[in-house]
Amino acid sequence: MAKYLGRQTIKFDLPPSIVSTASTVGPKEGKGPLSSYFDVVLHDPLWGEDSWEKAESKIVKKTIERVIQKGNLTPEDIDYIFAGDLLNQLTASTFGIRGLSIPFFGLFGACSTMAEAISLGAMAIDGGFANYIVAEASSHFCSSEKQFRFPLELGTQRPLTASWTVTGSGAVVLGKYGPSPYVSYVTSGKIVDLGVKDPMNMGAAMAPAAADTIIAHFEDTGFTPNDYDLIITGDLGSIGKELTLQLLRKNNYDIENIYTDCGIEIFDPVSQDTHAGGSGCGCCAVTLAGYLYKEMKNNKWNRILFVPTGALMSPGSTQQGESIPGIAHAVVIENNWS
Amino acid sequence: MEYIKAFIVGGAICVIGQILIDKTKLMSGRILVLFVVLGAVLHGIGLYEPLVNFAGAGATVPLPGFGYSLAKGAMEEVDKMGLKGAFTGGIKSTAAGITAAIVFAYLAALIFNPKAKD
Repeated sequence: MAKYLGRQTIKFDLPPSIVSTASTVGPKEGKGPLSSYFDVVLHDPLWGEDSWEKAESKIVKKTIERVIQKGNLTPEDIDYIFAGDLLNQLTASTFGIRGLSIPFFGLFGACSTMAEAISLGAMAIDGGFANYIVAEASSHFCSSEKQFRFPLELGTQRPLTASWTVTGSGAVVLGKYGPSPYVSYVTSGKIVDLGVKDPMNMGAAMAPAAADTIIAHFEDTGFTPNDYDLIITGDLGSIGKELTLQLLRKNNYDIENIYTDCGIEIFDPVSQDTHAGGSGCGCCAVTLAGYLYKEMKNNKWNRILFVPTGALMSPGSTQQGESIPGIAHAVVIENNWS
Repeated sequence: MEYIKAFIVGGAICVIGQILIDKTKLMSGRILVLFVVLGAVLHGIGLYEPLVNFAGAGATVPLPGFGYSLAKGAMEEVDKMGLKGAFTGGIKSTAAGITAAIVFAYLAALIFNPKAKD
């Protein structure tokens, strides 16, 4: 059985394999630097549907079907789906998954959802409760703007600290047995809220949570930055990345040489005018399913710490003047485990 | 000359709005309300009318112009029919603007669909 390490970390006895991954992205992501890593690039952000929510649900459904198929599995082989998105009552996931007849746990971890899904899925497998699970997360620029910011029709200007919600879905199948890479450790994050109130600057709100989880991971496991080929946070963007580095330096961890952020990798801020970077559940999900997974298969990296971060506010909490609670979940993915 | 005056005054009002968007955390809805109230108050103390006489549409088309019309209509009705005019006058004088906004917004919604920003 899995072992607790310290306060927040679990080490899996039999690390679940990432059997297959699938990713679907929108047109803008398809023009970004990671374009060639994605399975499907849409030309129409509505994908033939008549609302953004329906489009996102279709992206969820097609991506999950694809990841199951790429693993040479059928929906009957999948014991659970762990998935989430950013919309009210998990609209995109629920309506995307409703026809699949697979037991479903809906998760809300804002942009950290992918790591939350992988953590819980891996626990289910290592605990002996499942052989195969699907972990998935999605977001859509247009549905998110409507949900969290302003309707697109209003045509508001975006401040330079704002991030750009990724349109897309990333999914992985975790299996009890299978090829590398494996999910070997998870460090589950606590909510950290240092009082940042600006929903247009989520990187600053989430950076303390990212630093908190990374420090907890090192303390719980005894690993150091030298044990990793890559540490990649999710969706902090350029501003949050700098803050995270500063916070870690204060605690005597220097990860600068091996550190990047999914929100920075997915867009080219100069040519794509995305300001602080990409965000949304889909951002780190497609970065993992596309870029990170494929480059681990190529042995570019053999051991990575994947740390998606979430800003757990709601439109209501923002309107009521609440600050933004941040969270980050860390997952160790490695090609060889011992 | 008329166009230049309108451009300068209208442009200046918009510059103030842009500075508020860039430099403060005010949401667009609040700036909108602020501008309308500002126009009404300025007219109430007699400062907006000279601007309208000077710049014409440059002062009446931006949001403070709407506040100005509301205040102006209300004040005129109060002169004619007493306190009740404060409730009816503003809407009467801005009825064309309000109805036009609703009608054209409806037409635009019928013809166009929202698209993703690129």
